[in-house]
Amino acid sequence: MRRQVLPGVAAIVLLSAASFLMPRWLLFLSTMALSHGVVVLGIVLLMRGGVVSFGQGLVFAAGGYATALASNRLGITDVFALLALGGLAAAAITAPFAVLLSRYRAIFFAMLTLALSMVLYGVLVKTEALGGSDGFNVAKPTLFGRALGPDESAQALYVVGVVVVGVLGIAARIWFDSTRGLVTLAIRQNELRVEYLGASARRIIAGDFVVAGFLGGIGGALTVLSLGHIDPNFSFWTTSGEFVFAAILAGHHSVAAVFVASFLLEMVRSFSNLYFPNTWQLALGVFLLAVIRFLPDGVGSLWTRRRKRRQP
Amino acid sequence: MTALLSARGLKKSFGAVVAADDVTIEVPQGARVSLIGSNGAGKTTFVNMVTGYLKPDGGSIVLAGEDVTRRSPREITRLGVARSFQIPQLALEMDALDNVLVAASCRTGHPSFLQPAHASDRVDAAMALLQRFGLAEHAHRRAAELPGGVRKLLDIAMALTGSPKLLLLDEPTSGVSAEEKFPMMDTIVEALGSEVTVLFVEHDMEIVNRYAQRVVAFYSGRVIADDEPSAVLADPQVQRYVTGSSR
Repeated sequence: MRRQVLPGVAAIVLLSAASFLMPRWLLFLSTMALSHGVVVLGIVLLMRGGVVSFGQGLVFAAGGYATALASNRLGITDVFALLALGGLAAAAITAPFAVLLSRYRAIFFAMLTLALSMVLYGVLVKTEALGGSDGFNVAKPTLFGRALGPDESAQALYVVGVVVVGVLGIAARIWFDSTRGLVTLAIRQNELRVEYLGASARRIIAGDFVVAGFLGGIGGALTVLSLGHIDPNFSFWTTSGEFVFAAILAGHHSVAAVFVASFLLEMVRSFSNLYFPNTWQLALGVFLLAVIRFLPDGVGSLWTRRRKRRQP
Repeated sequence: MTALLSARGLKKSFGAVVAADDVTIEVPQGARVSLIGSNGAGKTTFVNMVTGYLKPDGGSIVLAGEDVTRRSPREITRLGVARSFQIPQLALEMDALDNVLVAASCRTGHPSFLQPAHASDRVDAAMALLQRFGLAEHAHRRAAELPGGVRKLLDIAMALTGSPKLLLLDEPTSGVSAEEKFPMMDTIVEALGSEVTVLFVEHDMEIVNRYAQRVVAFYSGRVIADDEPSAVLADPQVQRYVTGSSR
């Protein structure tokens, strides 16, 4: 377990320390990369079992709205409590669907998840109590009971993001390297054999879907707290598509690659938006094509392949 | 010897096709029994009923004194029934070692996220199993790159994880060259030892004659002979419907 924990802890310490050197725009962009990355981590978890969710906007929005409502209506302000609440709310929403969805594979799984996220989008747009299509603003959270000023909130949320997402990343690495993680990979390659060996592929996929929901909810919560605003676009299909985009960019072998891919995507999007404001999607598309052409197993294959070559 | 597997009066139809018609087979503990018959005779239907993938229309299946007739495939697997496949069912992108580790991880039914897949004791046990099948040198090769015979052995090795009571082998030598089939069966028989009860479906009568202690011949969903290999292979009905009249 030391092999999974130590690099993760080192990354948390280094990235947290780096916050003192980072300009505010980079802090915000990195927080977005972390919050989106943790949603992508959920998709990667599912991809390892051979299914792709095109509807993680569902849990992203569920976590975000739960956090926003808990802050505005219930007066909960602690950042860690709000993040946990976002994750748990999203997991609770996915649980009833997990049993149904675990029966499906390939495009059917993808389309059903997309459908669920669009149903939520439709409900959110029409619900005036939740701000309708405009959404609503969310107050800045507190950290250990202390209100965060406008100048320190970006850094504080970034460090909180690094710690929370870092711990989840370590947990994901332990999960990937466990017997369950190995069996999940085997489901992707030969589900029939896994069933004949005595494990339930459906139960494993259903469990992974709920965990992916929890991760998506945390991502939604962190995004809401950073942006200070939420609207139904959290659940829109293009949002889900961007998560899948990042998951393909990352590949399914490395946890670190998920956050590298998420950060790269945020950078490409921000800079192409800055320099080609009307055609930034074109730049993004070319970027994805290049990755698929030259790194079909994702950016993670840059180091996982080398590590495999070193093994006996 | 007490019966490990007792199948009595099994019936199964698919529409008008009768795949099992009052099939009764008793398999003693530690026996090595071959199931023979032409295509569509009912061998695979029998295997699928024993493993729980088909529910019989009638009859009962008792494993080690426990009625498993209506049990789910996973429950039956956990009770100690394992199988290999005519076409090896492997995780092709994984190496041979990981395939065995997957098999070992699945045996409890609930692989855990707190249990490291590559813990040294698990790897040692998997390597020991590969060694028994003469596969240790292939441990770190991707399954997709392995030759056909090696894949067959790996498929059987995976079935053997978790020490099953009853092992069902579906045509263990199909697709294996004539020179390789006997050494391969020798390896399998040696690796299995005398404790595992084995039912193997086979079309090659040389293999049946040499390795089976008992033979059950199927024809049109019925058992037409059940005895020692020499007696079954000399049976006129078996010669007519299974092995061919030239024999």
